[in-house]
Amino acid sequence: MTSTSIETPLIGDLQAVTDDDGPLATVRVGVVTFPGSLDDRDAMRAVRLAGGSAVQLWHGDHDLQEVDAVIIPGGFSYGDYLRAGAISRFAPLMEQITHAASGGANALPVLGICNGFQILTEAHLLPGSMIKNEHLHFLCRDQRLRVENADTHWTGEYWAGEEVVIPLKNQDGQFVADNRTLDELEGEGRVVFRYVDENPNGSRRNIAGISNAAGNVVGLMPHPEHAVEAGFGPDSSARGDVGLRGGTDGLGIFTSVLRKLVG
Amino acid sequence: MTAEAMSRKFNIDTVAQAEATPGQDLPWAALGLTESEYRRIGEILGRRPTGAELAMYSVMWSEHCSYKSSKVHLRQFGDKVTDGMKEHLLVGIGENAGVVDIGDGWAVTFKVESHNHPSFVEPYQGAATGVGGIVRDIISMGARPVAVMDPLRFGAIDHPDTARLVHGIVAGIGGYGNSLGLPNIGGEVVFDAVYQGNPLVNALAVGVLRHEDIRLANASGTGNRVVLFGARTGGDGIGGASVLASESFDSSKPSKRPAVQVGDPFAEKVLIECCLELFKASVVEGIQDLGAAGISCATSELASNGDGGMHVELTNVLLRDPSLTPGEILMSESQERMMAVVTPENVSAFEAIMDRWAVEYSWLGEVTDTGRLIIEWDGETIVDVDPRTVAHDGPVYERPYHRPAWLDDVQADAFDAEQPTDLRAAVLELMASPNLCSKDWVTDQFDRYVQGNTALAMPDDAGVVRVDEETGLGVAISTDANGRYSYLDPYEGARLALAEAYRNVATSGAEPLAVSDCLNFGSPEDPEVMWQFAESVRGLADACQELGVPVTGGNVSLYNQTGGVAVHPTPVVGVLGVFDDVARRTPSGWREDGQAIYLLGTTKDELDGSEWANLRGHLGGRPPAVDLAAEKTLAAILVNCSRDGMIDAAHDLSEGGLAAVLSEMALRFGVGARIGLDELCERDRIDAFTALFSESQGRAVVAVPRSEEVRYNDMCTARNYPTLRIGVVDTENEALDLQGYFNLPLDQLREAHRGTLPRHFG
Repeated sequence: MTSTSIETPLIGDLQAVTDDDGPLATVRVGVVTFPGSLDDRDAMRAVRLAGGSAVQLWHGDHDLQEVDAVIIPGGFSYGDYLRAGAISRFAPLMEQITHAASGGANALPVLGICNGFQILTEAHLLPGSMIKNEHLHFLCRDQRLRVENADTHWTGEYWAGEEVVIPLKNQDGQFVADNRTLDELEGEGRVVFRYVDENPNGSRRNIAGISNAAGNVVGLMPHPEHAVEAGFGPDSSARGDVGLRGGTDGLGIFTSVLRKLVG
Repeated sequence: MTAEAMSRKFNIDTVAQAEATPGQDLPWAALGLTESEYRRIGEILGRRPTGAELAMYSVMWSEHCSYKSSKVHLRQFGDKVTDGMKEHLLVGIGENAGVVDIGDGWAVTFKVESHNHPSFVEPYQGAATGVGGIVRDIISMGARPVAVMDPLRFGAIDHPDTARLVHGIVAGIGGYGNSLGLPNIGGEVVFDAVYQGNPLVNALAVGVLRHEDIRLANASGTGNRVVLFGARTGGDGIGGASVLASESFDSSKPSKRPAVQVGDPFAEKVLIECCLELFKASVVEGIQDLGAAGISCATSELASNGDGGMHVELTNVLLRDPSLTPGEILMSESQERMMAVVTPENVSAFEAIMDRWAVEYSWLGEVTDTGRLIIEWDGETIVDVDPRTVAHDGPVYERPYHRPAWLDDVQADAFDAEQPTDLRAAVLELMASPNLCSKDWVTDQFDRYVQGNTALAMPDDAGVVRVDEETGLGVAISTDANGRYSYLDPYEGARLALAEAYRNVATSGAEPLAVSDCLNFGSPEDPEVMWQFAESVRGLADACQELGVPVTGGNVSLYNQTGGVAVHPTPVVGVLGVFDDVARRTPSGWREDGQAIYLLGTTKDELDGSEWANLRGHLGGRPPAVDLAAEKTLAAILVNCSRDGMIDAAHDLSEGGLAAVLSEMALRFGVGARIGLDELCERDRIDAFTALFSESQGRAVVAVPRSEEVRYNDMCTARNYPTLRIGVVDTENEALDLQGYFNLPLDQLREAHRGTLPRHFG
């Protein structure tokens, strides 16, 4: 069976590739579904709201369907059993993604959100690892972040130092790495997002997201796809007052990659 | 081990053997059956039951599965439904969950259930599998689950055992629900010593489907195949329904831990997606989830709802533990399993979908036209019954009941404690109290964002999710109960619970449409408890009729008592409402400077059973009076105000009265207000304390933009509903300023409000 048969039949029409017919609509962004992925539909909606075309990808396939970028969404793939992301990294499609993403600045842009970030570290596309939150609870809250690096494929729409409010929700969100790796990440400007005000989970050096050296692979724990549509996002924005659940600070992540790809 | 070897090992009790050895003793009492029930089984079968048959009857005739004590009362929910109430009902009581038409070809199914007993024994797994079970009920109807909610009741906040239960139950709900990708959009957290040995863990789930996708649990079409899929069958939860949910706890008996099921949320998430794909491909004829009573329930219900016959080979069941006996396999409550009926032509399509999601399945047998449910073990018949006698013809008891003699004294004991002199301190005390403090510590452990359709969640009055992204069509849900009100007067208590849930849904801006209930009570063998139950059902059924909203399904949980002391009668009522566009939902807090703050309804001296009386250790008198005609008018006003953009915030008054509502509305977005009580006190002839703490019904506070004030007042006048301007939103001062009484900075209020749960459990 091909990946197109994994319909998400109720609530919204995710088969509609785009809302837009502008130039960004020509950019095809794949969203991978693993068993246990939860925010795959949300990530597709985010791509669509940013003006791009969303393509559903299936973990067991060997074909990237000529997508221009890939999002590995949040969730509990394989139940997070063993270790978050530990089993998913062996999926056939992950081999394709790992290969396509490693090749310098023109390589495939890949974004890992939450469980996706954990999978990217397991796949060694990004360094470090996520362990259980310091306070041991699952935590869902609207989190203020600072964009530290606005030069990656996924952050071009922001300016360095800009703050954003993006929902955070996880159990294993504490980013850890040895000091040498942390120093390297800092030194090379590869810390992309940092927690502001309060560190929600004990992550080393308040790190919320990082990139690879080329900037095409980015992983972060908070969920930008939950801050893309007014009325269904957080109650606040770092950009000033917004309406009820009106925060859309995460949309820039998706428009960033679309703009980057159309040049 | 081969099946043959296994059958030798177990010395299988076959039908032939049962016929040959009529005098053989069976452990009917240990399985929770009474002597007369056991005798009745013999009469039905015309012989003694086999061990496997006894296992089936014992679980299916348990209180939990058969509703044997409650049935005679529950009939009212059907009897009191008028044709008008059926207008939106696509599937009513009796199926896995009711289905309600919300327009545009969309339908919604929702249901609330209890998992009280398992959660006390094993809090994490008990609560987790409570979520799992209700979600499978929703899938069984052909729907995609889109949200969950959890009404929870614990013992005293400072009791040493409460932390164990709170930590375990909250983590269990989060651990399971978060892993399924279902937003948790509301619920309740109540602390009361009466729930000490019997926490109430209720779980509500809501699902969405197209009208044409409705699936029912029946096995029709002779020759169609019966398949069991999902997790393997293990030894967990054996006797869960009969032993745990149908008996009171008694410390002299051995631990019941093995009867609690263990959940695997990953397996359930895969099962959800896999079932939705089955529905989409139209490859199942009938489907049933496996919950209480496991395969016994699924086979007997599917068979008796269909053409009436089924033939099953039990050795085909995939096992986690090969040492299980046939009886144990039939009773096992292993989670994350489903049973479906598939036509022979669709078998390969079915298998392809299973393989794609890596879900295990085994073909157990087929639908027959014999009218019998026949279960074989390696070719030998171990069950040969009329499935209706198992699933539907369980015993029905007219349990004796009478009004408790003590109730007169309790109702005569009105609350008349001296009023506090410092109203500011009283408000702070109320807002920091266990029942009115912020529940963020709990709800922050639940994912409210997943699926991207959550338009309102806690702490707003109702949870709201969008159903159709194109039009904004969506639903609102709220659950409510007040055990203290029901203790004082169970008939009125049930009506009050419905009134509040109904008001909450309307406050969010949705039109209330349907009801699901979870009735939590003590032992039905206690005539006084039985009276509380009978009165509650009568009250709820009457109130549903008056408000024109039908009960679509629900659950009864009895035997919630430890050491002879029953919990307060706690009918948890969930109301579902519909929005034509969720964009117009109303939040529970104000934020625009200068907007007028109005109180709808009138305030009487109604402090009996109130949160304030509770804080003073008093429970007596009569609960607040409920006027359902007034509630209907109030709801219509709130829904119309939302539709026409006349209000920007609304919050209904319930526990904690006006004091709680003003505090919560200010804290929602951290925006203060100036409030004057004089006019209200004069109009309603009450003092300021009563104005703030009374729990009179039929009230709400709204924030009205200046430009809408005339229209708003005209609307209330036209509907002859009292409303009074009591203040104004003030963004300058971050304080709740009760003019002439006190000024309470929001920082201080927030600290008191948010500090309580972390202090006890953080």
